[in-house]
Amino acid sequence: MSEVALKGLTKRFGAVSAIEDVSLTIGDGEFIVLLGPTGAGKTTLLRLAAGLDHHDTGQVLIDGHDVTREPPAARDVTFVFQQYSLYPHLSVYDNLAFPLRSPLRRTPEPEIRRIVHDVAELLRIADKLQNRATHLSGGQMQRVAIGRALVRRPAIALMDEPLSSLDAKLRADLRIELKRIQQELGATLLYVTHDQIEAMTLATRVGVIREGRLVQLGTPREIYENPADTYVAGRLGHPPINLLSRRLFPDLAAPGAAATIGVRTEHLDIARANDRRRAGPVGTVTWIEHLGDQNHIHVAIEDETTVSLVDPDTPLAVGDLVSVGLRAPLFFDGKGARVQA
Amino acid sequence: MAEIRVENLLKQFGSFTAVRDTSFTVQDGDFFCLLGPSGCGKTTTLRMVAGLELPSSGSILLDGEDVTFKRARERDIAMVFQLFALYPHMNVRRNIAFPLVSVGTPKPEIQRRVEEAARMLRIEHLLDSPVSGLSGGDRQRVALGRALVRQPKAFMMDEPLGALDAEFRHIMCGELRAMHDRLKATTVYVTHDQLEAMSMANVIAVMNGGRVEQLGSPQDIYDRPASIFVAEFIGSPAMNLLRFEGAVEPNASELGLGGVPVAIPASREGRASGPLALGVRPEHVALVSEGGIRGKVVGTEYLGTTQIVTVGTAHGAVKARVSSAQTLSPDELVGLELRSAKLSLFAGDTGKVIRSALHEAPHAASRHRKTMNSPHAPGAAHV
Repeated sequence: MSEVALKGLTKRFGAVSAIEDVSLTIGDGEFIVLLGPTGAGKTTLLRLAAGLDHHDTGQVLIDGHDVTREPPAARDVTFVFQQYSLYPHLSVYDNLAFPLRSPLRRTPEPEIRRIVHDVAELLRIADKLQNRATHLSGGQMQRVAIGRALVRRPAIALMDEPLSSLDAKLRADLRIELKRIQQELGATLLYVTHDQIEAMTLATRVGVIREGRLVQLGTPREIYENPADTYVAGRLGHPPINLLSRRLFPDLAAPGAAATIGVRTEHLDIARANDRRRAGPVGTVTWIEHLGDQNHIHVAIEDETTVSLVDPDTPLAVGDLVSVGLRAPLFFDGKGARVQA
Repeated sequence: MAEIRVENLLKQFGSFTAVRDTSFTVQDGDFFCLLGPSGCGKTTTLRMVAGLELPSSGSILLDGEDVTFKRARERDIAMVFQLFALYPHMNVRRNIAFPLVSVGTPKPEIQRRVEEAARMLRIEHLLDSPVSGLSGGDRQRVALGRALVRQPKAFMMDEPLGALDAEFRHIMCGELRAMHDRLKATTVYVTHDQLEAMSMANVIAVMNGGRVEQLGSPQDIYDRPASIFVAEFIGSPAMNLLRFEGAVEPNASELGLGGVPVAIPASREGRASGPLALGVRPEHVALVSEGGIRGKVVGTEYLGTTQIVTVGTAHGAVKARVSSAQTLSPDELVGLELRSAKLSLFAGDTGKVIRSALHEAPHAASRHRKTMNSPHAPGAAHV
């Protein structure tokens, strides 16, 4: 395991710029998750790091050594794809042993046996080692694929949405497993996803990608609490942050450049308008979503809509007039960039 | 506008029973969700109500009239499918108008109703576009428009949002619910997505193995699951189940979980010693340093304001939703404190809930839910 650095990477496909000047250092033992929608360039970036595609400008450094010109096999990286790509004719044991038997590595068989058994233990598939790879469930196959990527201790493991083909429950289980395995091995990981929950829960640092650019890099908490612009603010948090016009809150102290006010759903206080406990604009309840642990109250203020979280026992009904108060507002200028209060 | 009554419905395909002994009533104006995993019989039930399948036995009443063996087109029910079946060679206007044209509605009437439906779905600007260039969401709006324009007694929707991506699905949920609030048309909606059901429905029927396992308001099903199946199907993360062996005295208000006393809502039935499962929602678990049910932190998942902490205990893994301000590290020893008033207790062998004071509490959701009707009160929840 070691440090991996991407420096000023740019990649164009014809006139389309897929990756634009991305620099990123993944520290030893770090779990970096790149988050972005389909087409943002996440997978392209991963393929550049692996050497599966070639960038136009910039460098890829592994432990300070420039591997830009080296083929994938010489880079000491492993790759996990969205679809489990196991060797169907091999047993689970042989699938896990495969990278160790590579002529580039020449690990002695007793050593292989020890490593494979250790990894199988970690993956909780020790009893499945003799099964054919295709006789496993989806979750088990993906666990084997992840295990195979980590078994030979690469400088970095690259993962492209490895959990997205699994159902919701299995995905949640494997998320915790993956985090545990990564921590126990001290593995260095670069992982891409469009799922904000995966990014928030797995990453030591999250990189938010938009149209080929890295727009913000930070711990999940930094990104959630301190987004650089409205785009990043909207990527993390469910339901998404409320973005409201400055003009709706004339009494709120805000920097002069502020055009948009961002307020997380848990920081929007609503009270029946006739209670008049706090000042602020008045809106109308348009929809109440009962989600069990909390209710999402949708409130229309003039022609804008906001969502607030309230306790399920709050007595509000559709059509009620409510006053809206803000806590911990974030300010953004007319272009969406953050303005510090 | 219609009331739909389904009585003792049974459907067999050869030796396979898809739907067994199912009864429920959809009140006029309800947004009624049939919710369950694949293969639970929800789509088959919907198709029988719509008249696309004939039941093996049982009856279906539409506004009191027995329509069990009537054809689909004689039932005045509109159906919306997951895959938007649009005519690719027609523009939006002609697609929406199609059901009216085929029954010979006069032209000015067609024009008026098509435009009304388009206005309601906010696709007026697309009326003269070909359907081939439309986004997934707009195509689904056109499909809805075609159902709307008929002004049917009821809508049947079979996972109409299943093909859309997550973000957009949520927006469409809001639109569908708003449309329902305007039209007040009886809607039966099939989905396997519990969040969709929770956010839109006023009544949910949770189906499992061809049977309705529980019928109630979203909040009721969430707070008082009738079985282990429902407890695990609803909620994200799902309800935790702490498994243990023990007996329950009638009126017991405390349990021993591996020697740790846990207060519970006073039980209303007793059980001889056997496997039990204590159900607790993640938001009703607090993590404390001393006391409680002891366990070891397996992992934490940061979600912004809250985090989900997974704790390994002698009774299985338990997930707690706590403030993200609380710092916890892997392998740390912690105690779990459960919010007693909210606990459910299940018989481990049958999977059924053991009734307690929890089931007598006032019905929280009905107070501020105008459309909740008394037939769905907790007492009538079991089918």
